[in-house]
Amino acid sequence: MSTQTLSRARWVRGCILRLLLCLSAALVCALLAGLTGYILLRGLPHVTWQLLFTQSSVLRGTRGILPNLLNTLYVVLAALALVLPLGVGAAIYLTEYAASPRLVRAVEFAAETLAGIPSIIYGLAGMLLFCQLLGLGTSLLAGSLTLAVMTLPIVIRTTQESLKSVPQSYREGALGLGSGKWHMIRTVVLPPAMDGIVTGCILSAGRVVGESAALLFTAGMGMSLNRFFASWENFAHSSGATLTVALYVYAKERADFDTAFAIAALLMLFTLALNFTAKWAGRRLRRRKGERNE
Amino acid sequence: MMRRTPRPLERLMGLFFSACGLTAVAFVLLISLYLILAGVPALRETGLPDFLLGRQWSPTAQRPEFGIAPFLLTSVYGAAGAVLLGAPIGLLCAVFLAKTAPPRLAAAVRPAVELLSGIPSVVYGLVGMLVLVPAVRRCFRLPDGAGLFSAILVLAVMILPSIVSVSEAALRAVPPEYEAASLALGATQIETVFRVTLPAASGGVAASVVLGVGRAIGEAMAVLMVAGNAANMPSLFKSVKFLTTAIASEMSYSSGLHRQALFSIALVLFFFIMLVNVLLNRLLKRKGG
Repeated sequence: MSTQTLSRARWVRGCILRLLLCLSAALVCALLAGLTGYILLRGLPHVTWQLLFTQSSVLRGTRGILPNLLNTLYVVLAALALVLPLGVGAAIYLTEYAASPRLVRAVEFAAETLAGIPSIIYGLAGMLLFCQLLGLGTSLLAGSLTLAVMTLPIVIRTTQESLKSVPQSYREGALGLGSGKWHMIRTVVLPPAMDGIVTGCILSAGRVVGESAALLFTAGMGMSLNRFFASWENFAHSSGATLTVALYVYAKERADFDTAFAIAALLMLFTLALNFTAKWAGRRLRRRKGERNE
Repeated sequence: MMRRTPRPLERLMGLFFSACGLTAVAFVLLISLYLILAGVPALRETGLPDFLLGRQWSPTAQRPEFGIAPFLLTSVYGAAGAVLLGAPIGLLCAVFLAKTAPPRLAAAVRPAVELLSGIPSVVYGLVGMLVLVPAVRRCFRLPDGAGLFSAILVLAVMILPSIVSVSEAALRAVPPEYEAASLALGATQIETVFRVTLPAASGGVAASVVLGVGRAIGEAMAVLMVAGNAANMPSLFKSVKFLTTAIASEMSYSSGLHRQALFSIALVLFFFIMLVNVLLNRLLKRKGG
């Protein structure tokens, strides 16, 4: 009798917990679906050719985000170009060269610390270091440099993981045949680790596209069209708002919510696209690893 | 007879890679150094106790006062509130994904969690500003919905993904023998998960919560758009400023001591985050050991 009531209590408790588990997972999914749906529904109708391919004009009363689109593209490309050699180099150093474990620990700790620093602090540090100390002023270059530092830990981590997955026997084989260390890395270690580096790139690009707080004081809020690659002066000295910063400016300072939602919808689409690409690259990486282990 | 000394290119590349490795360390040192250099003058001017405990922040007044207690407390309350709301939901979701969900369903939910973490913070801010804030205003009959409560809700959603993914990894790392033993002794699957697996994964779960705290304290843009931005002492429905939003909203027009004080706020924030990082490291190490 007593065991029966006990087991019923247990059964009820089990059911309640199970229900809670399902509810919380459903809540997370509903949040994502609601957010995505709402943003796309409100934003996509306002994504027009005019918005995408012109710049805002007060005279004609039109809105355009072409400058911001281009700024985002420049910042992504510049940040990646800066962070790739640095991050991949640091990862190679950690897995191939570093002799003292203490040094490895120091570099890994530094990378973890960089990953934990909030973006607003990057914004301030970037402003102090790049804008003021190096005299770059509020410019896209300063913004790109700041974001390169911010994405450094991502590239280091993903590259390091894929370098570690290259079998030791490859290296021994190459060295045994008389290859130098750099020659071995270039020909034997890096090619199979390429997928990891690509994943790191995509993750960093996603982080850069979504970043705003670090750019507010480094790349600034310039909204006009610049021909950045026309001259070094343009690139190094003109401020420019990326899509995220433009969203903030339109929503908070100009109360133009239609444009803000249009930008938000574009950002969501970019996020989705980058996410899927990263997943695809990750799957390829895992498949390769599976082949190698067989 | 063969080459004993490395070729110049080899030596050059070795140097290059070492330099790359040390850049990460150099950046951390540079950032710390510059924040300290920029933050200390204002601290010296106002005095550390007055700065940290002062309840009045009026940088542009006739007699300016720089007390950041309102920001400090708001950041602490905000992070605590976000974790109180987000951690249970995130943890339950992690248990669902790791233990009770059918694999197909888990494979569909997991990308959703990852996507949630990829959404830019300004987008969270925008939706919070135009959907959440009016809803809060109507629900609680307030003059304005922008305030600590809205910020906590937004932060709770934003820290969900990190809590879910780190906790799930921790739950998966628990050796299956533990669960098998519990099941063999007659415990149901749910009892096993909550009495055996969760306690065994407590280190990783704690790490996920600490990570969430770090995210919540460091978030700036989303909070900036929903918190109202008045330097009040925190109260659930009042307009407040966080440490991060104080910097973000005032940096553009500040000058002189005001600007230096903002750098001091950044220094305090940096100190907080370093504390969180050290704690996180400890927890993850303990889990590993």
